[in-house]
Amino acid sequence: MNVLTDNWSLYGRGFLGTVELTVYASLLALVLGFVMAAFRAAPVGSLRAFGTVWVTVLRNTPLTLLFFAVLLGLPRFGVVLPFTLFAVLALGCYTSAFVCEALRAGINTVPRGQGEAARSLGMSFTQTLGAVVLPQAFRSVIPPIGSTLIALAKNSAIAGAFSVTELLGTYKTLNELGYGIIWTFVWIALGYLIITLTISAVFTVLEKRWGVAR
Amino acid sequence: MTSATALYDLPGPRTRRRHLTYGVLSAVLIAALCGRVLYLLIDTGQFTHAKWNPFAYEGIQELLLRGLGNTLRAFAYAAVLSLALGAVLAAGRLSDHRVPRWAATAVVEFFRAMPVLVMIFFVFVALKVQPLPALVTGLTLYNGSVLAEVFRAGVNSVERGQREAAYSLGMRKTQVMTYVLAPQGVRAMLPAVISQLVVALKDTSLGFLITYEEFLHAGKLIASNLDYDLPFIPVVMVISPIYIGMCMLLSWSATWVARRQRRSPRTEGPDTGPAATGTLLPGGPSAPG
Repeated sequence: MNVLTDNWSLYGRGFLGTVELTVYASLLALVLGFVMAAFRAAPVGSLRAFGTVWVTVLRNTPLTLLFFAVLLGLPRFGVVLPFTLFAVLALGCYTSAFVCEALRAGINTVPRGQGEAARSLGMSFTQTLGAVVLPQAFRSVIPPIGSTLIALAKNSAIAGAFSVTELLGTYKTLNELGYGIIWTFVWIALGYLIITLTISAVFTVLEKRWGVAR
Repeated sequence: MTSATALYDLPGPRTRRRHLTYGVLSAVLIAALCGRVLYLLIDTGQFTHAKWNPFAYEGIQELLLRGLGNTLRAFAYAAVLSLALGAVLAAGRLSDHRVPRWAATAVVEFFRAMPVLVMIFFVFVALKVQPLPALVTGLTLYNGSVLAEVFRAGVNSVERGQREAAYSLGMRKTQVMTYVLAPQGVRAMLPAVISQLVVALKDTSLGFLITYEEFLHAGKLIASNLDYDLPFIPVVMVISPIYIGMCMLLSWSATWVARRQRRSPRTEGPDTGPAATGTLLPGGPSAPG
């Protein structure tokens, strides 16, 4: 029971590590996912192909394999970065594929007539997208992006197993210190619940504010 | 419908030329990127005989195949068990009685919110079981909970009239579920179920982290062998296509089932399609991930 109070700093470090990983990887995933969605919608063939390959390959790669390849493989090329940065890269790239698909699905929920009407009013491509299509797509994209980011927070546990400072990784130290394993895991589970519930609360608020009225 | 997208007009000759320029430029850029990676691979000596030779040994091939077999075994167990658990939990959530409904809801919500890896580690470390049962338990709990929600959504997607008609024929609750709702619900949820199985297949690789001797573990063994000059990159190059290929096959079968259903005259009326629908982007909606 007193595992938590005795090891406050260790748990705190692990918790902050998970939060840090989640935040940075989310930002990377959102940016990359947006770029890939733009690539897949572009009128340029080679970019479309690149986006499609990126999404198809990453969606079907086990995350453990990706971590394995990035954390242990990239140093072979002389790319030496802190482990946390590698983890952010792996998590962000993996999640970007799902973000891209969520964005594409969101754009597709906007009825075709909206785009056609905007075009027929003489709006340019940028105006159509910026003033008509994306604002509507944004509203229906909120829930799927939220669940993608929750999945990302949960996936960050894999980084912990690859000895990045992270919440799940704390169990090893505590186990060696001889604390009861059950309580150790109860507090770890609670930490993850706090993170995932916070994300889902944020997205519930976002959806309430901007979501599609159904 | 002449154009695939409503976002921009059909390009004229000048725009087509511009797009072609962009296309060539980006293709060159992508090719340069690939070339750079290839150069790095060759430069760091990843294609040497010493690094690729081990794959010609029968022992190594057997090791890899055994690993692959273990991965598929874990997947098979996890898939069957999580389908069963999902069915039980879904039955609980759809129950008319309060206690099973609340219990099932609590279980589903909890296990969906937990990282799979935490559960796998908990079973492995705290309950001190073998790696395979630990992996299968973790995967079953997580995927079973997700599948329960899929099943519930599938059953709820059946038109209300079907249920009412069945009740008015004098069927019992169980009969309504097994003869009327479940068979129709299965069709709607099959793509989502297969997508979830892809997740289960991908997550079997988590067994690597608890020293279950699966495919990735076999790869790690070969990669860390000094006799073969640490063939890490070759191992990744051999393993990833197989993993990705397996998952892709399963994903494609989900898309195929979904498309087939949309067409089938038995599941829905002839697909005439209202005039105004259509999607903004080419390709249409994708299967859920």
